[in-house]
Amino acid sequence: MTNLVFAELSNGKLRKTSHEVVAYSCKLGPTTAVAIGQADAGELEKLGAYGVTKVLHVNDQRLNNVFSKAYTKILVEAAAMVGADTILLSHNSAGKSIAPRVAVRWNASLYPGVNSLPENGSIRKAVFSGKAFADLTLGEGLKVITLNPNSYKPEITGGSATIEALTINVADADFDYTVLSIEDESGGHIPLPEAEIVVSGGRGLKGPENWGIIEDLAGALGAATACSRPVADIGWRPHHEHVGQTGITIKPTLYIAVGISGAIQHLAGVNQSKVIVVINKDPEAPFFKAADYGIVGDAFEVLPKITEAVKKLKSEG
Amino acid sequence: MKLLVCISKAPDTTSKIAFTDGNTKFSEAGVQFIINPYDEWYALVRALELKETLGGTVTVINAGKADSEQIIRKALALGADDAVRIDLDPADAYQVAANIAAYAKTEQFDIILTGKETIDYNGGVVGGMLAEMLDLPYVSMSSKLDVDGTTIKIEREMEGVKETVQVKTPCVISAQKGMAEARIPNMRGILASKTKPVKVINPDVTVVKAGVKVFALPAEKTGCKMISPDDAAQLVGMLHNDAKVI
Repeated sequence: MTNLVFAELSNGKLRKTSHEVVAYSCKLGPTTAVAIGQADAGELEKLGAYGVTKVLHVNDQRLNNVFSKAYTKILVEAAAMVGADTILLSHNSAGKSIAPRVAVRWNASLYPGVNSLPENGSIRKAVFSGKAFADLTLGEGLKVITLNPNSYKPEITGGSATIEALTINVADADFDYTVLSIEDESGGHIPLPEAEIVVSGGRGLKGPENWGIIEDLAGALGAATACSRPVADIGWRPHHEHVGQTGITIKPTLYIAVGISGAIQHLAGVNQSKVIVVINKDPEAPFFKAADYGIVGDAFEVLPKITEAVKKLKSEG
Repeated sequence: MKLLVCISKAPDTTSKIAFTDGNTKFSEAGVQFIINPYDEWYALVRALELKETLGGTVTVINAGKADSEQIIRKALALGADDAVRIDLDPADAYQVAANIAAYAKTEQFDIILTGKETIDYNGGVVGGMLAEMLDLPYVSMSSKLDVDGTTIKIEREMEGVKETVQVKTPCVISAQKGMAEARIPNMRGILASKTKPVKVINPDVTVVKAGVKVFALPAEKTGCKMISPDDAAQLVGMLHNDAKVI
């Protein structure tokens, strides 16, 4: 495999998912990275630590936002330039909008949302909302692969990458639409799909005024906060925090569910988490069946104890 | 306004997932099939709302065999005017997109809508493929859609960011939560659905580019380790020393 990997920038910085997919690509074969839009000084050089030696940079201010059509043009032309037979992207919002266009324009096979490195001529992705896996047959020809966020732990190999400016002629017709405004809803926190640890609250917390204990634990752990669907629907928490089937799907290493019963629709959004902790006062809550650690108890008593213990651990560490 | 909504047949969320034929086929025994929720609740319902306020038609299109009839009738009962079924047991997203694109080229749709992904294959790529095949703009992850003549204003919700964009028809849009509220078909809709036209067409494209070799089920959880609420602090030690996740 000769690879071209898309390293996505957001406000001049590489996303965590960019590190993951660059490291994944380097593990698969010789890799050239492409970054598009404005980058902070020294940012792209950091990709060397993930194994890549050359980064092509299309430094065009018009492309600071992701436009699937323009980005497709750049990736397909860059792939031809470096003789790549595989293009890799993260399976996040940007990747999901660009990859299908790239696959069609390049006449390649598309493997969307894979979880691990290829094995025995196939590559694995989660299907049925995390309830099963499918091994997709890897063909001989050109391939486009998108890697699920939080699925591949990048190894830091050291080394620095050299940056080369790349000029691709992007015309007005290559922009799908006009961006009118961009609103940051993250409050400066790591985006939920990229978070390694997520603390999530449900109806068991009884009201939005009680979210302090969730936020305290999340703060101590450096975690993102999430919520169940009823909580988002009644307006206790913003919709972008809703994880579950109709909300967003996450795959953190640690998911702590507080006062969430664990309806099948909720599990569909979190069942790929590596370790699940469930805290619920109802011992019959179905979520315990999907959990690795469980505490049957009152969240208002249990959570502060856990938060204190985390703080103690961190201060010792 | 002429609208096309792509609908996929998916197993109900509560279905037991099992496989047959040496784990190469999904076992449909006892499974209730539904319209993929993102296609129905958001894409189709918003298309129906647009038709109700602006006039026009809503066509639904499905790539599936005769057993898709039930979900197609449901879409018609909800208010779609007519349906097209591409007689195909789809093996990958490319097959689905290529055949829908071939049909869409024969008509002039103003907006083609899809759900953000299906709950069975979880690929989320048919919309993007359609846009490229038809050389149209693509707006993915749309949570709000308003039409003013040939201009469409869309809100997109992505990793912690809400982007508001403006796009011209014709275009392809993928829908997620927020775009509309689920509807239940009424008796008049159900009766009308029985006589609405469903056109069955043969697939143009049957090539498989990235098919499934074999399915697998995840390892069962080995059981939940219960901790007494009085010892809640011990959880932290377990997560640090045993699970090594903090």
